Amino acid sequence: MAPTTKEEVKVQKDRSMILQKEMIAGHFERLEKAPETGEKVVYTFVPGNLTELIRSFGALPLLPEINALQSGMRGKSKGYIAEAERNGHSEDVCTYVKCDIGMLRSGNIGPTGTRLPKPDLLLLSYTGCYTFMKWFELLREEYDCPTVFLHVPYQGDGTLLPEHRAYVVKQLRETIIPALEQVTGRPYDEDLLRENLARSAQAEDDLVAVLHSAKNRPSPIDSYFGGVYYVGPIFSAFRGTPEGVDYYRALRQEVEARVAAKQGPLTPVGRLDDQKYRLVVEGPPNWTSFREFWKMFAEEGAVVVASTYTKVGGTYDFGFRHDPSDPLGTLADYCGGCYTNHNLPGRIEMLERYVKEYEADGFIINSVKSCNSFSAGQLMILREVERRTGIPGGFVESDLVDPRYFSAANIKNRLESYLQMIEARRAGGATSSEALGRLA
Amino acid sequence: MTTERPRTRADIVDTARRLYEDLEFTAVREWLAADPDRKAVGCLPVYVPREVVWAAGVLPVGIHGGGDRLEIIRGDAYYQSYICHLPRSVVELGLSGRLDMLSGMLFPSTCDVIRNLSGMWQILRPEVYVRYVDVPQVEHPATGLEFWKGELSTIYRDMCAIAGTEPSDEALWAAIDDYDRVRDVIGRLYALRRDEPWKVPTEELYLVMRAGEVLPPPDFVDLATAYLEACHAEPLRRRDNTRVIVVGSFCEQPPLGLIKTIERAGCYIVGDDFLLGNRMITRPPERGGDPVEALAHALLFHHQPSSVMYEPDPDAKEVTIKKMVDAARADGVIFAAASFCDPALLDRPMLRAGAEAHGIPCIAFKFSENTGQFQQFREQAGTFSDSIKLWGGA
Amino acid sequence: MNCFVGIDLGSTITKAVILDEAGEVLGRGITNSRSNYDLAAEVARTEAFVTARFGLLRKEVEKAAGGAMLDRLLRAFRTEQTLVQLDRLQHHIDAEVVSTVAGPLQQPVTEVIDEIFRRLRQEEEDWFAGRTEGTRSDFFRDHVGSGWARLSEELGPPVDVSFDLLLSLYDKCIIKVENEPLELGFQDHIDAALARIGDVEGVDAVRLGVERARDAELVEVATIGTGYGRARLPFAKEQIRSEILCHGLGAHRMFPNTRTVLDIGGQDTKAIQVDGRGIVTSFQMNDRCAAGCGRYLGYIADEMNIGLHELGPLAQRSSRRVKINSTCTVFAGAELRERLSLGEQREDILAGLHRAVILRAMSLLARSGGVDDEFTFTGGVARNPAAVAALEELVAENYGDRTLNISPSSIYTGALGAAIFAMRAAEEGRGVAGTGTRQEA
Repeated sequence: MAPTTKEEVKVQKDRSMILQKEMIAGHFERLEKAPETGEKVVYTFVPGNLTELIRSFGALPLLPEINALQSGMRGKSKGYIAEAERNGHSEDVCTYVKCDIGMLRSGNIGPTGTRLPKPDLLLLSYTGCYTFMKWFELLREEYDCPTVFLHVPYQGDGTLLPEHRAYVVKQLRETIIPALEQVTGRPYDEDLLRENLARSAQAEDDLVAVLHSAKNRPSPIDSYFGGVYYVGPIFSAFRGTPEGVDYYRALRQEVEARVAAKQGPLTPVGRLDDQKYRLVVEGPPNWTSFREFWKMFAEEGAVVVASTYTKVGGTYDFGFRHDPSDPLGTLADYCGGCYTNHNLPGRIEMLERYVKEYEADGFIINSVKSCNSFSAGQLMILREVERRTGIPGGFVESDLVDPRYFSAANIKNRLESYLQMIEARRAGGATSSEALGRLA
Repeated sequence: MTTERPRTRADIVDTARRLYEDLEFTAVREWLAADPDRKAVGCLPVYVPREVVWAAGVLPVGIHGGGDRLEIIRGDAYYQSYICHLPRSVVELGLSGRLDMLSGMLFPSTCDVIRNLSGMWQILRPEVYVRYVDVPQVEHPATGLEFWKGELSTIYRDMCAIAGTEPSDEALWAAIDDYDRVRDVIGRLYALRRDEPWKVPTEELYLVMRAGEVLPPPDFVDLATAYLEACHAEPLRRRDNTRVIVVGSFCEQPPLGLIKTIERAGCYIVGDDFLLGNRMITRPPERGGDPVEALAHALLFHHQPSSVMYEPDPDAKEVTIKKMVDAARADGVIFAAASFCDPALLDRPMLRAGAEAHGIPCIAFKFSENTGQFQQFREQAGTFSDSIKLWGGA
Repeated sequence: MNCFVGIDLGSTITKAVILDEAGEVLGRGITNSRSNYDLAAEVARTEAFVTARFGLLRKEVEKAAGGAMLDRLLRAFRTEQTLVQLDRLQHHIDAEVVSTVAGPLQQPVTEVIDEIFRRLRQEEEDWFAGRTEGTRSDFFRDHVGSGWARLSEELGPPVDVSFDLLLSLYDKCIIKVENEPLELGFQDHIDAALARIGDVEGVDAVRLGVERARDAELVEVATIGTGYGRARLPFAKEQIRSEILCHGLGAHRMFPNTRTVLDIGGQDTKAIQVDGRGIVTSFQMNDRCAAGCGRYLGYIADEMNIGLHELGPLAQRSSRRVKINSTCTVFAGAELRERLSLGEQREDILAGLHRAVILRAMSLLARSGGVDDEFTFTGGVARNPAAVAALEELVAENYGDRTLNISPSSIYTGALGAAIFAMRAAEEGRGVAGTGTRQEA
């Protein structure tokens, strides 16, 4: 989530962003050297990642989605996707997968320009996304290493039932931990895991304070475009690490200073203090035109005060914290609670709360072609959130990392139309009850 | 259903076709009307444990969209253009009242589209029972056993609550018996088609299979058995066709026209994964002991290789097609996936690479349930068949 | 008098509407969009001022001079405009022939071209004299283009001048004519137009009226641009509104009870909900795929080799509608050919296609919040009777009784909305004053 595009170097940056960039560069250097240092590398996905557990075995996590989105930001994904499609992958399916496969076939150079190590273990935490399963089956074809599978039940009825939690704990104990023991040659050390989990909780407290800061006016953060930076370390390799704790403490201080100074966040058009629209956004961003997309919002004076995408790696702002006193149980709860593992009514409720609690003027869905987990049902989410909040929603379409599906003119047109509608309603004092009646 | 068993091939196929074409589910409605205490529940593809539904006295009804016969007016309002067609027609069926006779809907973990549809249904139809059926995806079958037993028990309990019946092992075993008979007759029909495909045109077989999605298991067994007898009694002309298997159509179903097109282009379909859920379990659940355990065990240890179940064996994908082709004694493979079908399309590169590594000729195309033009399929399948006949490979 | 201008720069057609101080429509202008967006906007604006001044003229002297006389004057004016453009076209084509056609061919080509222009001018005179049947396109490019093609075919081949060469000359040069500023305003041609109608009875009253119309002070106080190409208009950001808002407001103005608006244009389809004041409360547009938009019907017309305007009437002759499941523009031709080869009737296929187009629109309407009473249908497809019939049927089936409004000037809906926004902005004293200048006649 730390962009490393050339453009990025030129733009103004917060201190936390520089810190994050250093952390990530350091991590990838360590990964590159892993074959020599003998550090073990575990490939795993962001939702339901077991970073504390992996690190308690001294292993390093590597997250293919992060590589894919980074490839998108660096303008590499188009070629990688083409490479995968030449090899028989359908144009219809997830572009993260194709980007990852294409990168692999093109030399496996990672986001910071270092060569990525082969996995010693493919740890599939099957959480909130069907495609993950196929992705690992595909990756497995490319590597000669053990694969281990954690089935995290979906919250079809809106909660992670006790028997489902027990099932996840059982798998951790009987499948995941033995696999990690075997690959690293180290025994499971629960005390070490507890220490990591305690650090996670600390960083999570700071992250939540940052996310909640958007309730201020002006909001000191952009919770979507800026938010993907804020969640970067905690969603990837740094949950439960001392660097992670330091990063979130620094970030929180930075944001609290902005609150005190009544400042807005840095955006591609500079500091956004004059915030005309407070928005909630659902859906992942587009990575190939990330800054252009952000700019479209910032130029109109729109700041995102809450987003669901920044919850794919955990829904901390609704209270969950990693609990060192129940190490495996808390990991089960964590996995079960990731955003895309929530059922549709749960997602709608979350959006409704965001709109209301963050006093948003509107909400926008960025529907990405790649991701059925997010996208299937979003039009119903749109309708329901409109009905419950009385605020009309906006709908734009793009993709994660396939630049063919980012039509700037189309998106800009819809976004501008949407914001002008919000403005006209505000000026005209359109009542929400009128909209409610209409949409019921 | 009529009590009189249709006898001739034409009669049986005609009955099956009427059931297939009937988007009002009249057969289900009539079954329900025969006794006010009866209940029915819809089952989305691919695999739902129908035994526990039927054991409760509830009729499991396969919901496979609207094919090419349903005009989509409301369904498209809920889906972007890059999502497959099936959920549109299911929503259309639901919002047009055609599924009002169902007391519940079961959405298995086929993919994220069907998963999310479960949540949509909770909102669209708050008055009906909705459950996401999280079929276990595991490394070792034993890992998922307890979990799946729990899921089966929960669904069974819920179905009994819907039907107002008492859970019992006897009822479960009786239902398992019924579905063993279903699997048995399906197995015999598929075997006959494999051995003498000119006797069992796939268009007909498919229609008979579809009847199984809406009829009570015993009625379906009667119909399918009658059809099996008719196939023997009324052989059709044997043709010099190529033998193919069709892979990738396990969820959204191809339009009947596509199946006909493949056959008319000179291919005998001797293996397929249409309506795969009806034969997902490959061995009868073991008798004695706990019926829930027996069912759970049967799925986890003896299921078809399929794109919707995690494949723990890293080498399995490579040989899957080879095994299927050998079992069906086929000459080639047609990968026919629904557009935007994640399970089928993500699996395809692996399966196809395996097939090619074994020198098995393949072609691939995409369809949607309401595809209305078959010219391109006709040309592809025809060329494929000719090339196999001429050179033994594409 | 103060006036307010709205300009709607569409993907194929650019429209302008002028409102007077009372908010009444004073004039409307239309032209085809072209590579030079500024110019397209300018042409539409000029046209709108021409019709505005003709409107003033009509108000002034209709009683004294009679409507027929004014119609004749307008016709004369149009003829003068056409002749000017023909001169420019000939100028460019002559130059093109000199620079691109090989020496020995130049003479026969020039002779054919001279003859084509002679006849085109004659046809223009015939049109003025009322000797021509049928209607003709408002756009110079189209009505001269069809005459050019016809005459090229007739005159070229007999003297071994290729039809393709003549057509390519036209295609190249019409773009030049369209992209250069021409004098097409009221002042530029009204005298010639007056001269053209001659010294007939009552012309004195008209002359007087013309003087007044010419002298009438029209001050363009504020201008708002909209439409898909709005970002390319030479306007400041405050002078630009989304076409969604303009469409909603324009439809509200045309039919004040409008609550739902459907617009099917060439490139996109919009479903818009408005409140009692014309403020947009919700909207949906088609995704990046243009399936089911007007362009799709265009492909079908091309494939069937008939005019776009003939599609609807043909479809209405159907007695047995064919079910069409896809409105994908990419497959339109293939699907059509397959259907025809199966022996389906053209009109039955067309009936199915129209229904499929409207079904797509129905899903957008549903996404935007449904169809409320009253329901206003705009855009090019609203002129297609088969599409309208399909829409009426589907709306009735799914939403019950709804009043369906279709205005003959629905093409101006967006520009009208923009002009109202211009007026409001001026009232609020916001700095959107377009030119603030008096419009020379």
